[in-house]
Formats: sequence, structure tokens, C-alpha cells
Amino acid sequence: MSTVELKYHDQSTSSREVSDEEVPYPEGKLIVSRTDTSGKITHCNQSFVDMSGFEENELIGQPHYILRHPDMPAAAFKDLWDTLKAGNKWKGYVKNLRKDGKYYWVYAVVVPNIRNGKVVGYASVRRKPSRTKVNECIALYKTMLAEEQS
Amino acid sequence: MKFTMTVSPDFSPDYIAGWYIFNTWLQNQTNQAIHLELYNSFDKQREDIKADKIDLIYANPYDASMLIRDKGFVAIASPYRKTDEAVICVNSESEYSCVEDLKSGCTIATADDPEVSTIGMIMLEPADLSKENVTIEELKNYVMVAKSLIGNKADAGFFLKEAFDDMSKFIKSQIKPIVTSQISVIRHTFLIGPDFVNNSGISEEDFRQLINSMHESEKGASTLKSLGFEKWENQDHEEAEFMIDLMDTLVS
Repeated sequence: MSTVELKYHDQSTSSREVSDEEVPYPEGKLIVSRTDTSGKITHCNQSFVDMSGFEENELIGQPHYILRHPDMPAAAFKDLWDTLKAGNKWKGYVKNLRKDGKYYWVYAVVVPNIRNGKVVGYASVRRKPSRTKVNECIALYKTMLAEEQS
Repeated sequence: MKFTMTVSPDFSPDYIAGWYIFNTWLQNQTNQAIHLELYNSFDKQREDIKADKIDLIYANPYDASMLIRDKGFVAIASPYRKTDEAVICVNSESEYSCVEDLKSGCTIATADDPEVSTIGMIMLEPADLSKENVTIEELKNYVMVAKSLIGNKADAGFFLKEAFDDMSKFIKSQIKPIVTSQISVIRHTFLIGPDFVNNSGISEEDFRQLINSMHESEKGASTLKSLGFEKWENQDHEEAEFMIDLMDTLVS
């Protein structure tokens, strides 16, 4: 376990414990959450609570990047926000950081919640990813991260 | 004016009589003539929905999207504590014990049920399986899916969990589940269409109240029992919209 200083796109920072222990994705479950247009969590299901290691009241009102793992390149999240802001569906493989410092991989799909022609928030559903795709992403994200840090 | 009610074709055959009883109860309560039209095929039902022939429907979440967003239907209620889940099964003698044991080129038996097929294919993703590298054997019902597994024609089969639970002990002894979804947020919903809202003389709120309090009367409670429901649970517009958003994340 090591302590890592994380810096987010809104310039806020947090000090988080990070370990190299993976928590397997539970069979058959979907992790569901909803955010407002700024990315703050407004709803999450029990699978989200269980996998994140946080209590529900620690998640509601927090920015979704509370789960951001330092191994994830910023470009992946920029692509997510650019896609959503264009009104489109985003799909991708994401390594998430749990409260206890462990991690879990997901295949995430995020859609804008459009009501009366206006985006009122975003819904995100995560499911069990293909291990082949995860292995491809481990290599890809490592390269992307190295480029961002160079 | 005569209205037409229908039910998503994935309902259990055990409840056919129950839907006729519910239709009679609804006609008595609303003083409206309502014809119950049951379909064997999702495609034929969708044709009639598109042709505006349907006024009330117990819809699967897959069709609820089109009904609410394209046809102006209003969500009224869902069965209390009932959510739609899928099960992937294999022959009980098979060496497969988890989804990852299934390999490219395998045969998957399904019934004509788009929602279960969608959830089933999602549960195959961790094994790198998709419609591009499996053979889909589409059958008429879940008993035929089970028979395909028992006869070793298909490697795995998709079932609506409720349909799997209702299978006979004899069939269940010959197949084994390898994964069951626990999605919890996807549900069938009872919807009413714009013609019914505008021409039945019953306001949406009064109709909602009628359905959601159905369990409080003896007659209503016995009718619900014949559908296999304990009671209805209110579904407001935003809950239905959110479920449609979630369905949107599940379809490619």
C-alpha cells in the first residue's frame, strides 16, 4: 500500500491509499449511478456501494472522480466528457479506485439523461469486462499516461 | 369507443387466464370496453403498436422506450418487487461451470425475447463472446431452449429468470445455471396510451390511483393473484425515463 497525491481536472487534490490488489467484478451485477451535469453523484445502487467500499452517504454529492485511479490517463475522461457533451453515448474500460485502495475494472457505458430536449444529468452503468480487453487497456493506458507525464 | 390492451409476449403461459381476469376487472372498474389482444410474436405486436392499434400495455422495458418516447405512452405501475433478470444455463452434465468456459463458435439457444437476449449477451461479454462469434439458435419458448440444452444441441441457453424458476423439477434436474443477472432496476411496466388518456373519460391520476390501490379490495387482490403479482407499485414519469436511459446503456 502506498499513498498517492491525486490531482483532478478541477484543480482539487486528494491524498489516497493505493494498493495493487484487484477486487473481482461480481458475476451478473450492474453498477448503476447517476450524476448531475457537473458530475456529482445523485444516485447509486447497492452494487456501486459494495464495490466502491464507500458508504452511500459518502458518495452522494461527491464528484464521480472519487473513484478515479491514478493509473487512468486524463485523456480517457476528457474523451468521456467530450462525447457526453456532444449528446452521445460513451463506452470504455475503466480502472476504479476503491476507498480501501484496492481496484476493480469495469466496462462502463454512460448516457446523457435528456428531458424535454435538455441534458439534466448522466446515467452510468458498469458491467463485468472482458479480461482480454482489460489487458489491452492496461498496456494502452500505461502508454497514454507516460505521454501525459512526459 | 373500444380500447385494446396487450401484454408483452414474454408473459408466462400460466398467467393467460389471469390477464383475461384483469381485463374484465379493468372494464368493470372503468366502464370502458377493452379488448385483450395477446400476441405470440414480439414483431407482430410491435407492428400493431407502430400502427397505433394499442391503448394499454404491460410492456417489457425494451419496448417501453419506444412506447414512452415515440408514442407518448404514460407509465402507470410495475409489479411490486418484481424485476427482470436473466439466467444462462448449460446441460447439467456439461463441463462448463462459468461463462468464461464458453468459447468462440459455441451455440446459444434463446427464446424470441429481446430483453433476455440483451441481458444474456451482456453476461457473455467477459468470455469475449458476441453475436459475431457465436451461433444463435432462436426458439419459440423457454421449454424448447431447455430441450436444446438437454439434447446437447446448444452449449448454453438464455432464460428469463421467472421462466427458469417455473420450469418443472424434471427439466431443472437436467440443466444448470452458470450465471444469473442481479440487475434489480429493469422491470416490466403497465402503460396507457394517448388515446386512452384523452378519450376514456378517466384522468391519468384517477387511473393511476385505481391501479395502485387494486390490492386493497378483495376482488382486486384476487385478480392480482391470478397474475402472480402481490400488488402494483407506482411508476412515475421520471422513474420510467431513467429505466429507459439504463436500457440505452445495455443496447449496443
